[in-house]
Amino acid sequence: AMAEQKFRVRARALVCVFVCVVMCGCGRDDFQEELVIRPLHSGDIYTSFQFRTLWETDFTRENKVSHYRLFPKSLGQVISKFSVRELHISFTQGYWRTMQWGQPYLPSPPGAELWVWFQDSLTDVDGTWKELTNVLSGIFCASLNFIDSTNTVQPSASFKPLGIGNVTDHRFLRYATLPREIVCTENLTPWKKLLPCGSKAGLAVLLKSEKLFHSSFHSQAVHIRPVCKDDQCKTTSWELRQTLNVVFDLHNSGQGKNEWSLFKMFSRTLTEACPVASSSKIYIDITDNSQGEQFELSPATPLLSQAVVLGDRRTFSVYDLTQQITFGTMRSLNLLIRGKSSDMLRPLLHAERYVAGYGLQTGEIHTLMYNNHPYRSFPVLLLDSVPWYLRLYIHTLTVTSKGKDNKPSYIHYQPSKDRVRPHLLEMLVQLPPNSVTEVTLQFERALLKWTEYTPDPNHGFYVGSSVISSLVPSIVAMDTNNSRERPLFSSFFPSKEESSYFVRVYTEPLLVNLPTPDFSMPYNVICLTCTVVAVGYGSLYNLLTRSFQIEEPSPGLAKRIANIIRKMRGVPPL
Amino acid sequence: MYFLLVYMYIKNHVYMFPDLLGCHGKCRRYLFCCFQDRAGQFFSSGHTNNWAVLVCTSRFWFNYRHVANTLSVYRSVKRLGIPDSHIVLMLADDMACNHRNPKPATVFSHKNMELNVYGDDVEVDYRGYEVTVENFLRILTGRLPPSTPRSKRLLSDDRSNILIYLTGHGGNGFLKFQDSEEISNVELADAFEQMWQKRRYNELLFIIDTCQGASMYERFYSPNLMALASSQVGEDSLSHQPDLAIGVHLMDRYTFYLLEFLEDIHPASKTNMNDLFKVCPKSQCVSTPGHRTDLFLRDPGSVLITDFFGSVRKVELTMETINLTDPIDAESGELQKEMHTYADQLPVSEIIHQKPKQKDWHPPDGFILGLWTLILLVFFQTYGVKHLKHIF
Repeated sequence: AMAEQKFRVRARALVCVFVCVVMCGCGRDDFQEELVIRPLHSGDIYTSFQFRTLWETDFTRENKVSHYRLFPKSLGQVISKFSVRELHISFTQGYWRTMQWGQPYLPSPPGAELWVWFQDSLTDVDGTWKELTNVLSGIFCASLNFIDSTNTVQPSASFKPLGIGNVTDHRFLRYATLPREIVCTENLTPWKKLLPCGSKAGLAVLLKSEKLFHSSFHSQAVHIRPVCKDDQCKTTSWELRQTLNVVFDLHNSGQGKNEWSLFKMFSRTLTEACPVASSSKIYIDITDNSQGEQFELSPATPLLSQAVVLGDRRTFSVYDLTQQITFGTMRSLNLLIRGKSSDMLRPLLHAERYVAGYGLQTGEIHTLMYNNHPYRSFPVLLLDSVPWYLRLYIHTLTVTSKGKDNKPSYIHYQPSKDRVRPHLLEMLVQLPPNSVTEVTLQFERALLKWTEYTPDPNHGFYVGSSVISSLVPSIVAMDTNNSRERPLFSSFFPSKEESSYFVRVYTEPLLVNLPTPDFSMPYNVICLTCTVVAVGYGSLYNLLTRSFQIEEPSPGLAKRIANIIRKMRGVPPL
Repeated sequence: MYFLLVYMYIKNHVYMFPDLLGCHGKCRRYLFCCFQDRAGQFFSSGHTNNWAVLVCTSRFWFNYRHVANTLSVYRSVKRLGIPDSHIVLMLADDMACNHRNPKPATVFSHKNMELNVYGDDVEVDYRGYEVTVENFLRILTGRLPPSTPRSKRLLSDDRSNILIYLTGHGGNGFLKFQDSEEISNVELADAFEQMWQKRRYNELLFIIDTCQGASMYERFYSPNLMALASSQVGEDSLSHQPDLAIGVHLMDRYTFYLLEFLEDIHPASKTNMNDLFKVCPKSQCVSTPGHRTDLFLRDPGSVLITDFFGSVRKVELTMETINLTDPIDAESGELQKEMHTYADQLPVSEIIHQKPKQKDWHPPDGFILGLWTLILLVFFQTYGVKHLKHIF
């Protein structure tokens, strides 16, 4: 027993020494987690998880970073090996319905989207991009290796860097979407493994795939960018944000009752915060519920917080998971929200897109952008990336608002090259107040080579979502001091001016049918021609080469015996 | 890992266990050497690591059972110890998050939704359109492009035992991949021969659950291969039972009984291959499962199930010390003089007055060159070559 105790003490001392060496050896890193819950007026509920790791280190140094603590090693190695300045990747299942749900805190298009800013010291951007997509496909268990030059574009004005940096040469930007990419548990598993606490402690305990994928909208994303360390912004630190947005449907997950709880949504309750997190909070949006008239929140919490997000000042009830008192006597937290939220404001900007026309030869793409502000107009930047097999006729491009022609102040068009590049169309359009702007474009469908069809060609071919970036006028003044401590959900897009905020809206992806050949025809043709050739050639050959010979009928048995006897006698036969 | 912990524990408490391991007097002091002799007996087979390549080749919702087959084997293999980094899982279509699935993120193998074989921490390496004959053969032979990530490679060596499981729709001598291509038994046999010549496996167990599955292993000719199939040539493999809520057949019979058999195996069990050959007799399977062991050097009765389905962790005992290098200190970088700022997300005036991008200069392509050659040719033909000296 004495020896045992000594062993234990020695082991503990060793561990402590190791930890101490680690703590003071490297740059400090910090982890925060938060969950925002917003009841929607249709009865659905919107939850948004954000996990942020900040690390003061320099991946671009000569000496490689060797010790990782909270920052995941796989992503750190990706950043240093491929000279990445910013990386944004998202996987989404479902489409965000702006008219019913309002604006999301973090927008994302259906399928997979990847956009990367490389460092300006990189010489071969295209080669590095191809390698990066392959490596990311292994990390996230997704088919990102299908990203190649046929679906990558280089936007010339959209997708400015979200982190700090002075260089904005768009030669180092690449953007690609895979609208057909499926999101399932195999993408969530490696995503959860990137978190410092994994899915064992903290808010990530709630992430159970059976409930998360039984929802109207599910989006998980990873955003890496350099940010300011402090107010002076002389040094930078790397920020890794992992976000997960889910919208639970009232009828599917809620069984039709206007009563939501953590257990009902996630089949789990919270018991502790992540031990390495410096802050772990839950925010419930109660702006429309100041007196408790719309919905009821239990257990009650005295903490309140206000934040300016999406151009509006919202009030939140806060649950701080680092305080033991939040968990109460049961040592577990199961939030209960009973009731419905009130009507929400109409979103100021939203967009739709559809394909018009009939037949399998031509068609027309219509994009509608709605400006619902009563008296302010604002500019939007529309980015369209159309695959090469839809041949766009740019001379038929029309932009109309309120029936009149609306000339864009900036157009950038890069035509496609068959099997090499997609179309890229970027336009800066000023949307007049309270109007609908319609952009129409005619196209023709191409005939693919028979090996280019997927194994299920009748499903159709996807055209990625259009991206609409805009500075929308805000109701309250935005906070332009980007380095102050703010809740994570309000500090994603940096704001430069107080009167407007930046928003990105994605339209629906399109599904178009290309003229599909009948793949059984080669077999049919071979059978038919072989039969025709065999019958025709065979008959001709017989006619040409067959010669007729006269043949005596064979005599009867008696005559044959007589002939044999006559032969023996030497007499000619009968 | 398990053995290492046990060893550490015993080493510290050696005085408490006299003669436990049959160690005699003087050996008790030198416990290390004694344990090593005993340890040698634990690791008597020739392999040091295990790999698994599990492939489902069918697409579309009505082929749900093929995905469920593959995931059941995946689940067993993971449960018995093979880690995700040593499993290459290829699923040709997504059933769990398919919009037709009434219970998303689940794939069931038993009716009434008793067992969810999809689980909560599955990692699929090749999915959807990536499951092709070319990718499958490239994984086996190791000829992958250099940028392929590790999780998509079969990094086996000459001491690896590999389990290969294929399921889908097949026929006499071929297996259909995704409704558009096939792999033949000759190609497969050649791929295994390539693996043998490149020393990529120690022993290989090949299981196939398709119609006429036995035709796929007829052409094997490399040593150390053992093969099992769910049906003979001329027979169809049948599916097990439909689930009325999901609306499709959930599993194939052979793999259903194989899963039941594997559920009873645990990492330390001693069941051998002869028991595996008896899985799913004709009375249960309707088809006749077959097997082929003539290329295998060891007697199947001495081969443990866990040699292929489980994972061996070989423990090497060493007395060397290893010096850990200090982590590289993050030197505080030179203080930047200028202040960094966030970029403007939509700088309207900048965009409007943007200069057009300088295009990279490309040499003139064939058409332009041909056109100019034609013009020059016609010119000199018309006016004669003697005018050249006037021009130059």
